[in-house]
Amino acid sequence: MTPEELRQSAEAERQKSHACKHILGVCCAAGCQSMGSDKIKDALDKQVKLKGLESEVNVKSVGCLGLCAAGPLVSLESDGKKAMYQAVKEADVAEVVEKLGKAPVKRLELSLDIPFFARQQKIILENSGVIDPERIEEYFAAGGYEALIKALTDLEPAEVIDAVSRSGLRGRGGAGFPTGLKWATVAKAAGSRKYVVCNADEGDPGAFMNRSVLESDPHRVIEGMIIAGYAVGASQGYVYVRAEYPLAIKRLKTAIKQAEGKGLLGDKILGTTFSFRLEIRLGAGAFVCGEETALLVSIEGSRGMPRPRPPFPAEAGLWGMPTLINNVETFSTVPPILRNGWEWYSAIGTEKSKGTKVFALAGQIKNTGLIEVPMGTKLRDIIFDIGGGVPDGKKFKAVQTGGPSGGCIPESKLDMSVDYESLREAGSIMGSGGMIVMNEDSSMVDVAKFFTEFCMSESCGKCVPCRTGTAQMYGLLEKIHAGEAVKADLELLKELCDLVRTTSLCGLGQTAPNPVMSTLHYFEKEYTSLLKDGPGKPAAAR
Amino acid sequence: MSKPKIATCWLDGCSGCHMSFLDMDEFLVEFAQKVDVVWGPTVDPKEYPKDVDVCIIEGAVSSDEDLHKLEMIRSRTKILVSLGDCAVTGNVPGMRNALKVPQLFERAYVENAAVNKRAPNWGVPKHLPTARPLHEHVKIDAWIPGCPPPAKAIHFAVTELLAGRIPDSTEYTRFGK
Amino acid sequence: MAATPVSTEVVTLKLNDRDVSATRGQTILEVAREQGMEIPTLCFLEGLTPWGACRLCMIELKGSPKLLPACTTKAAEGMEIVLDSDRLKKYRKMILELLFAERNHVCAVCVSNGRCELQDLAQKNGVTHVRFPYRYAKYEVDSTHDLFRLDHNRCIMCTRCVRVCHEIEGAHVWDLKGRGIETEVVADNNLPWGQSESCTRCGKCIHACPVGALVEKTTAVNEMKKRSGFLPYLTTMRENRP
Repeated sequence: MTPEELRQSAEAERQKSHACKHILGVCCAAGCQSMGSDKIKDALDKQVKLKGLESEVNVKSVGCLGLCAAGPLVSLESDGKKAMYQAVKEADVAEVVEKLGKAPVKRLELSLDIPFFARQQKIILENSGVIDPERIEEYFAAGGYEALIKALTDLEPAEVIDAVSRSGLRGRGGAGFPTGLKWATVAKAAGSRKYVVCNADEGDPGAFMNRSVLESDPHRVIEGMIIAGYAVGASQGYVYVRAEYPLAIKRLKTAIKQAEGKGLLGDKILGTTFSFRLEIRLGAGAFVCGEETALLVSIEGSRGMPRPRPPFPAEAGLWGMPTLINNVETFSTVPPILRNGWEWYSAIGTEKSKGTKVFALAGQIKNTGLIEVPMGTKLRDIIFDIGGGVPDGKKFKAVQTGGPSGGCIPESKLDMSVDYESLREAGSIMGSGGMIVMNEDSSMVDVAKFFTEFCMSESCGKCVPCRTGTAQMYGLLEKIHAGEAVKADLELLKELCDLVRTTSLCGLGQTAPNPVMSTLHYFEKEYTSLLKDGPGKPAAAR
Repeated sequence: MSKPKIATCWLDGCSGCHMSFLDMDEFLVEFAQKVDVVWGPTVDPKEYPKDVDVCIIEGAVSSDEDLHKLEMIRSRTKILVSLGDCAVTGNVPGMRNALKVPQLFERAYVENAAVNKRAPNWGVPKHLPTARPLHEHVKIDAWIPGCPPPAKAIHFAVTELLAGRIPDSTEYTRFGK
Repeated sequence: MAATPVSTEVVTLKLNDRDVSATRGQTILEVAREQGMEIPTLCFLEGLTPWGACRLCMIELKGSPKLLPACTTKAAEGMEIVLDSDRLKKYRKMILELLFAERNHVCAVCVSNGRCELQDLAQKNGVTHVRFPYRYAKYEVDSTHDLFRLDHNRCIMCTRCVRVCHEIEGAHVWDLKGRGIETEVVADNNLPWGQSESCTRCGKCIHACPVGALVEKTTAVNEMKKRSGFLPYLTTMRENRP
């Protein structure tokens, strides 16, 4: 396929879409699918056929519409006007079709003016819920692969890297390393081969950002990776995705096949001299394989265990070759940066954290789902405005950000801006973007115990502090929880947290104490009140 | 000024640590002049006094009797010293800990017995689920590891204690022999 | 003389305020030991690829917020390194305590008693007792091999056996199974050692093992003598092969 052919295909798709008066988009991402959205799509198809409306109504599968709590969701675009239906059942289908072109069905309507939709700014999720993730033509029509055309035909690799650097994009996998700097390092590193790897091993409980992007807009990830390959001089890429994401894997496979069919992957992409191949590698469910060095070892076919850095993968990664490794969101952000220019991107967000970030809202929050907001948005706005606050009239207590190894942030810190530095200062991390909200009924010792148990069982067993330190942390937390501990146990727990954080080999161990340390910092009373010799208790025998 | 009151105690251990204590030989004479040994297997009194200065304890905590004794001693003693690996680490008594107590009794009194194959059901203290080092139950002030700790390690520790210091005996002994 | 080209570029750095020189490519651990300065290690064994897992050799580098493992950190010009601050000593002690509490190290009845690196380091680093509760988990003893025995109670997961078998003997009998605290060394695909078809009965793993986990069968308490000194010679011989 040449750039001209691609653009023609995009234009044809746009025309086709405009020809339809009404578009019904049924969410077919995992959340709504689990609530039966497939059946609703079939029923809509049937009903449209029954009424002979095929030429006017386009019923299509779309990716995640965001507000999972209100699923199954169906979006409606009628004569340019947009609406959204929530909790749609098969029984509602006839009425939905009946009312096309008239006022939408009131009892199903979900206002698009609510803050959940109104306050988001979508870049990574721009096509989610809009295009059919299984049709490459729709991605073309949405401006897809334009960035690749621009990179391959107008820009030198160094210019691509320069644009990424200037955009201020930082790694969305957790640590926030400047993406452009990473790309430049791989580009400079000497090696007979180089690799591009996408980390889609999203293993945090309560996190589904990467899954959703892969399910809703897989071509975006592929495009980002091809551009990265061009920029750093790699001709082989791998997407490492966890096997627990069957739908994401299926869509990604379909997308790769389509891209290969269109000559966007493989030899001489878009008629240029650049070649790039992409393969999928499935993770076998080890959380630690989200750690980059463990992930690379796993791709090589060995047991996924981290190795000390340096050397960093950028210098010596897959099979000892320079390897660029970024996560799904990071690669997904690259196409719009090239399409719209780095100036556009760097104008969004805060001084040090640019652009937008996708968060998965989970736990005791009304609007469970997936959101994208500019960096620097206040935590309070995310939870109370967009998230709708805590349900059942309960009070907010804390929010755990950054997954199992993130920290718990209390009410008093809710006015802080969400960016890499502020979160770290508050004792937590950005992580990949999970947010778990807890209400007043949650025991913070329970919370710490839960996440510590997760880290303990997901430790790879390589380094001593993580392998046995997290197990001892868990034992001490159990003892405290059971009311059998004394002050000395709490002191030992603190010392242990410091050891595990400071001396563990990889990020898993280094951040594993975060839930304990942050809950101890903000909610120490919940711990001390459980001690045998805590405040107000008679002196213990010990 | 009255002499410091010293006690020694033998919990779940082989008495090898007390033997090692006795191996201090001629120092024992000097020791006896400097302190009052008020309680323990080497002296006669039956009642543990209320204000003991130092108690040196051998053996792990394996039974409810051990635990009661240890807690009583803790409440009546200024400084407690764990003597030997059983008291410090659980050591050999702790090797039963991967088994449940009934399994342990089955193994000891039935499988390995030639005659009278049954577990004792009276006159024996109740076993705790695991045999553990002293400091997992009460506060301990100093540790002298070793199986047994050599006499010179005990000599050093006692000398330090008499000088009013908490001994660090790592120079003279370690876990094991 | 060595056939492989040896870097001759020299860097100078400070170890505990002492000025030392090193060849580029040397690790901090190598430089320190050359100078007779001790850094405790368990997973490191000269002649094997550094593994960086025991975390005993963590050192402080001036200007770096993170501690670094001496076994994998390369010496560089101008580094200022502290090998034994109070903080490092505290961490080393805790790591040793964690190892003792993890499995059942009953030194008094161990065949390696008196010649055990873990026992030795505990004494050298002032571990008089273990503050963490002992786990007392049940571990198996694999006596199926006709010459050797593997006692999981004593294993510290340093993987020196895994590496010596893979890197030097080339048999790769040993690897790991399980995760976290459940991780264990296994022969072949989790077979009893005696049934391993890849084991060449060379005994290198026995002598690479720092503790009483891999031992000769005929040994009783205190009797197991380990000789890991052969490794650097084997490695050097291999590297210098014409």
